[in-house]
Amino acid sequence: MTAGDNRARLMALYGTMCRIRAFEETALAAHRAGEIPGPLHVSIGQEAVPAGVCLNLRPDDRITSNHRGHGHALAKGAGVQGMMEELLGRAGGHCRGKGGSMHIADFSVGMLGANGVVAGGIPIAVGAAQGLRLLGSSAIACCFFGDGAINRGPFLEGLNWAALFRLPVLFVCEDNGVAAFTRAESVTAGPGVVARSEALGVPAVSVDGNDAAAVDAAAGRLVAEIRGGGGPRLLHATTFRLLGHTSTDPAAWRRPGEVDAAREKEPIARLRARLLAEGEAEATLDRIAAAAQAEMQAARAAALAAPWPDPAVAWEDVQDSGAVRGAL
Amino acid sequence: MAEVTLVEAARLAVLQEMRRDKRVWVLGEDVARGGLFGQYRGFLEEFGDQRVVSTPISESTIMGAGLGAALVGTRPIIEMRIFDFVMCAMDELVNQIAKIRYMFGGQARPAVVVRMPHGIWRNSAAQHSQTLESWFTHIPGVVVAVPSTPADTAGLLVSAIRSDDPVLFFDPKNLFPMKGEVPVEIAPLPFGRARLAREGRDLTIVTWSAITPAVEEAAATLAGRGISAQVLDLRTLWPWDEDAVCRSVARTSRLLVVHEAVTTGGFGAEVVARVTERLGPGALRGVARLGQPRVPVPFAPPLEDALKPDAAKVVAAAEALLRG
Repeated sequence: MTAGDNRARLMALYGTMCRIRAFEETALAAHRAGEIPGPLHVSIGQEAVPAGVCLNLRPDDRITSNHRGHGHALAKGAGVQGMMEELLGRAGGHCRGKGGSMHIADFSVGMLGANGVVAGGIPIAVGAAQGLRLLGSSAIACCFFGDGAINRGPFLEGLNWAALFRLPVLFVCEDNGVAAFTRAESVTAGPGVVARSEALGVPAVSVDGNDAAAVDAAAGRLVAEIRGGGGPRLLHATTFRLLGHTSTDPAAWRRPGEVDAAREKEPIARLRARLLAEGEAEATLDRIAAAAQAEMQAARAAALAAPWPDPAVAWEDVQDSGAVRGAL
Repeated sequence: MAEVTLVEAARLAVLQEMRRDKRVWVLGEDVARGGLFGQYRGFLEEFGDQRVVSTPISESTIMGAGLGAALVGTRPIIEMRIFDFVMCAMDELVNQIAKIRYMFGGQARPAVVVRMPHGIWRNSAAQHSQTLESWFTHIPGVVVAVPSTPADTAGLLVSAIRSDDPVLFFDPKNLFPMKGEVPVEIAPLPFGRARLAREGRDLTIVTWSAITPAVEEAAATLAGRGISAQVLDLRTLWPWDEDAVCRSVARTSRLLVVHEAVTTGGFGAEVVARVTERLGPGALRGVARLGQPRVPVPFAPPLEDALKPDAAKVVAAAEALLRG
């Protein structure tokens, strides 16, 4: 890779991370303003993981995500307007207003869905990989989940299964150290996700998940191994969730100074500092960040003006046989 | 036409559909060796190990991987071995498969068939004999199929495999040896149409799945005693043939629902409620339900027999209904 190629990758990572951050900051503001009903789980501080991983995926690769999935969707290429309208419950949302933040999906870009159940996306990704292979596709599946998911059965089942059938799956554990409101270390025995993964026959590597370039490089290696027929791999990315579990959690349970210390290592500022040190113009980086903010604010304004779903839509897309209308 | 067992009818239906559509495949424990009941016998040799996948005993992932594979365009048959094990895969079934089309605004079609051989399996006790089909009728998004004959099993399986809806297919495992005629070319049998198992005018007996032969035997006994029972086998519980049941009850004015499941909260309650709502309570001279008492299925033969509905109990319930 030439220096120019490398700079282009870093700029792509920076742009994706700025868009994820801007989307979630805009969504938080909209939630506070009462425009977004229901729970909202943001991933502010974790943007380097989806940005770095998805830069290595093809459009026909599939991903599954979790309840904190805006970044995964955006990094995979999901349409912003459809996402924002989904958060606001509008007719033009990707899910026609039936899913909301926790169930964002955009099948047109291979984003097979966020998930309201921890570890829920793991078996789905494993099966997607098995189905793709059956269809003769060379695409792979990638599955994002948190450190909390490794204590659920589907994690153990899914990794064993993927290794057994040598399926093209990249498992990505975003380890932000907290499972909802509980420190992961207080509920997780043993040496952690890498050891569990390797015990199940899935080679795993750890990476500083707040270093976008490192995530990109590690994911690139693992994806190449998977595409080469090596079977599944796991990427363990350590990161930090700068805000609470949901938009209404002030995270008062954090240790004093913990969040301030983490802010020093947050991924967007880090990549920005690196780019500046490598000679990138500050004005260019500012322009990218400002454009992301403008894009998301425009999406929010457009979503606010967009129509609500017709109540008749509530009856649609349940099932073909035995669909009900009216009182039943 | 050929006379085959119910389990062979099911095998022939899946065989036909796997030959017809390369996207159809089967996953589950022991399916490559033919399945627990021989319902996939010979499949590995014909279709290979990419389409006949023996899996670990990992019910969550059997169910969830089936879903994931459906989302990329294949049409999996998810074999649960026996029904009771689906309890280990309820998140994947109820939270994921049943919801995904709706929750994602129609982007997904989870075209899976979940096969769950259910019901009392002689002397297999409480964790291998359950009949909980009514739970699943409560879940929007799924079709619930409960056949009782070889021909219906075959026809409904063909429909289930071709359906874009997730279909929960309750194989009546105690009836697997039962013989019946099945056509060489198996046509899809539409969901939601009851089978008229016997014509009658004095009362309507609604039933489904493994208890159906006992009900038909009871109806023959009743006929010998001058009681003419119309027997309807619902074949699917969602959608279910309300029209056929209401037409029959409007004529007989007496309704007995018989199922192997526990009576309390069983689908019989739904049948009685809907018929009453549609016809009005004045149209009914008597209603009754017959199922298991609200007790787990016991092991020892005399205990199992004491609780299980059978032809004699159906006859007694029908006679009581006519006296009432």
